[in-house]
Amino acid sequence: MSQSVYVAGVGVISAIGNNVTEHLSAFERGEAGMADITLLNTIHRHKLPVAEVKLTDEELIAITGPTTHNSRTALLSLVAAREALNDAAIPNLQELRTGFVSANSVGGMDKSEDFFVEFLADNSKGKLKNVFDHECGSMTEIVADQLGITDFMTTISTACSSSANAIFYAARLIKNNMLDVAVAGGVDALTKFTLNGFNTLMILDKEFCKPFDEHREGLNLGEGAGYVVLVSDKVAKTLTKPAYCKLSGYNNSNDAYHQTASSPEGTGSYMAMKGALAKSDLQPSDISYINLHGTGTQNNDSAEGTAVKRLFDPNYPPVSSTKSFTGHTLGASGGIEAVFSVLSIKHGLIYPNLRFKTRISDLPFEPETKYLKGQDIKHVMSNSFGFGGNCTSLIFSAV
Amino acid sequence: MYIFNIFGSLTMKVYIRSSACISAQNTFGKQGFLTDVVEYEGTRLRAIEPDYKQFIDPKQIRRMSHVIKMGVSAAKECLINGDVEMPGAIVTGTAFGCMEDTVTFLTRIIEQEEELLPPTAFIQSTHNTVAAQIALMLQCHAYNNTFVHKGMSFESALLDATMLLNEHEADNILVGGTEEMVDTSFTVLTRLGLYKREPVTNLSLYNYNSKGTIGGEGAGFFLLTDKPSPDNQAELLGHTFFYKPTDLEKRITAFLHEQSLTAADIDLVITGKNGDIRNDAVYTRVCDSLFKNITLAVYRHLCGEYTVASTFALWLATNILKQGVVPKAILETPEFTATPKKILLYNHYQNKYHSLMLVSAI
Repeated sequence: MSQSVYVAGVGVISAIGNNVTEHLSAFERGEAGMADITLLNTIHRHKLPVAEVKLTDEELIAITGPTTHNSRTALLSLVAAREALNDAAIPNLQELRTGFVSANSVGGMDKSEDFFVEFLADNSKGKLKNVFDHECGSMTEIVADQLGITDFMTTISTACSSSANAIFYAARLIKNNMLDVAVAGGVDALTKFTLNGFNTLMILDKEFCKPFDEHREGLNLGEGAGYVVLVSDKVAKTLTKPAYCKLSGYNNSNDAYHQTASSPEGTGSYMAMKGALAKSDLQPSDISYINLHGTGTQNNDSAEGTAVKRLFDPNYPPVSSTKSFTGHTLGASGGIEAVFSVLSIKHGLIYPNLRFKTRISDLPFEPETKYLKGQDIKHVMSNSFGFGGNCTSLIFSAV
Repeated sequence: MYIFNIFGSLTMKVYIRSSACISAQNTFGKQGFLTDVVEYEGTRLRAIEPDYKQFIDPKQIRRMSHVIKMGVSAAKECLINGDVEMPGAIVTGTAFGCMEDTVTFLTRIIEQEEELLPPTAFIQSTHNTVAAQIALMLQCHAYNNTFVHKGMSFESALLDATMLLNEHEADNILVGGTEEMVDTSFTVLTRLGLYKREPVTNLSLYNYNSKGTIGGEGAGFFLLTDKPSPDNQAELLGHTFFYKPTDLEKRITAFLHEQSLTAADIDLVITGKNGDIRNDAVYTRVCDSLFKNITLAVYRHLCGEYTVASTFALWLATNILKQGVVPKAILETPEFTATPKKILLYNHYQNKYHSLMLVSAI
């Protein structure tokens, strides 16, 4: 039970790149992924910026090869999960117990929306193939089939903390000696359902989002997928290149305050960060960088900021929200930001928090605005908080 | 052959302290144990709704969808039955999540062309809403997770709960499954061929010899603990699930072998037969080869088919073991009289996923 879990591979796709290399270069250039909506057919085009992956479904299929169901969710997931598994290059993978733990929040909703238009007009209409794989679990199954993973698979959906919980669960499957290798993370594609949903909550910024700024006005939605390949001690020793880092701590706590809003004290976020530190046996001063949840909404940043203050004051590590690059990718964000956390350790990076101008008046700290490389990064905390009070923090540690 | 089963490495026992189930039968609250079986005509079985006012603030009842009300009430009843106020963790499973709110919001997006939409349906549409509402109602800050993997959603949650016990992270884990059937999902799933084309009588479900089953819905919750107590309902000896096995019978035998058991040690096998001839052929094949002389039972004629119907089966098994009675309505082999000590639940989902749960009297 006490064995460590190592990160052996990473894969990511988002509005700022289709793979790890493109992400690293977008961070260095300070280039955000938000723009006018080009792919989603919605009345919000030209009004609300989003962070779309700059590939059509057809272009994604050209990369992935055809799958049994071409929901954008499954396509994005497959691109990143395959990159992660190839990156890990685990010797004799076929002989190891391998699992796929993936997360998403709306499954094949992009196709269900198409189905529903015709279905609403006439219940005997609508192409059934567009709704057949509506379920979140179908996305996981389609990708697992493509990756050739059969030993274990499951799907988690806890809103915006979904894929952090997937990584958490996968690590425990390894620690409980049920798997040797797990591809873990999550995905979400932009849909009219989520865009309109967040719009009704009036938390979408009409400009590019400004996480942790006093004058922040909301979030920008994004899409993408991020996966890490977790391996046991035993497998880590057989790797042909060194593991990136360890997953040393994790905690899942519930805010139990409101279905969508965070408590003013940031109870859930505080408990998640504190619990993850305890799990990894670290002190707040050991953390080299916090990849914030940092959506850019008034409520989230204020609650998360308060929780960080409660835990870290007066010695704050560098913090930033990479959602200022990728937008909020919902169920994918925990996976995507886990990949960024791992890369932070590997390359000594601290990512800039774009468009930050004014410190939040109640907070004694502010996010890092410069791209910093060559830093000595030992421990990175990654925060993912969601609807339903679901708060999860992960800690990645250099080996 | 790889058997995915945590119970091989467990250092403690897993008990089912209490349970609660809302279904199309009279399974909720203090009533006879399936003594008053409800007969339905048609292909859709609706859950029998309890008086939600016992469990939920009336002001909130109006805002809550069917699945939230069922889930929260079953969770609360399970805690009351287990005499536990605050669970150590909350883990739920659901394949479709909050369909009522999802359909409502999707319909409005289309009908109102994305304008002037109210937020409530969206807010309550996320798959983790039931687990979140339970936490909110109990003010429970503990571990909270939701699994959404098709017919293995509850099984995934149960595995999480078992791991939490094994890690000594928490005790009194509240684990359950919820699924609601709304008109839209019933229409779409009927078009997809899941249900029979003609109305049937649920109590004769296995006599039609046709394709398709009957739809159902419900919520089932369980409280897991590693602490022995005479009040516990049953012991969970093992559970596992696997994907597209090429050696199904071998895996089932190996699963039993891990508990140092053979098929002959099992007193009762409860299968997930649902009246669809293609589906049931798998059970018949397995039972003919492995459980030839074992008493067999079925339950989906009572509760209908839904992705977390295995919660109904586990509720059934724990109550059989606790009360020492096998309800007549479930027996495939009527001559059975003994009191079962070990029950195997075998369920498959579209012949892709197969799950096993082994429960024993304490």
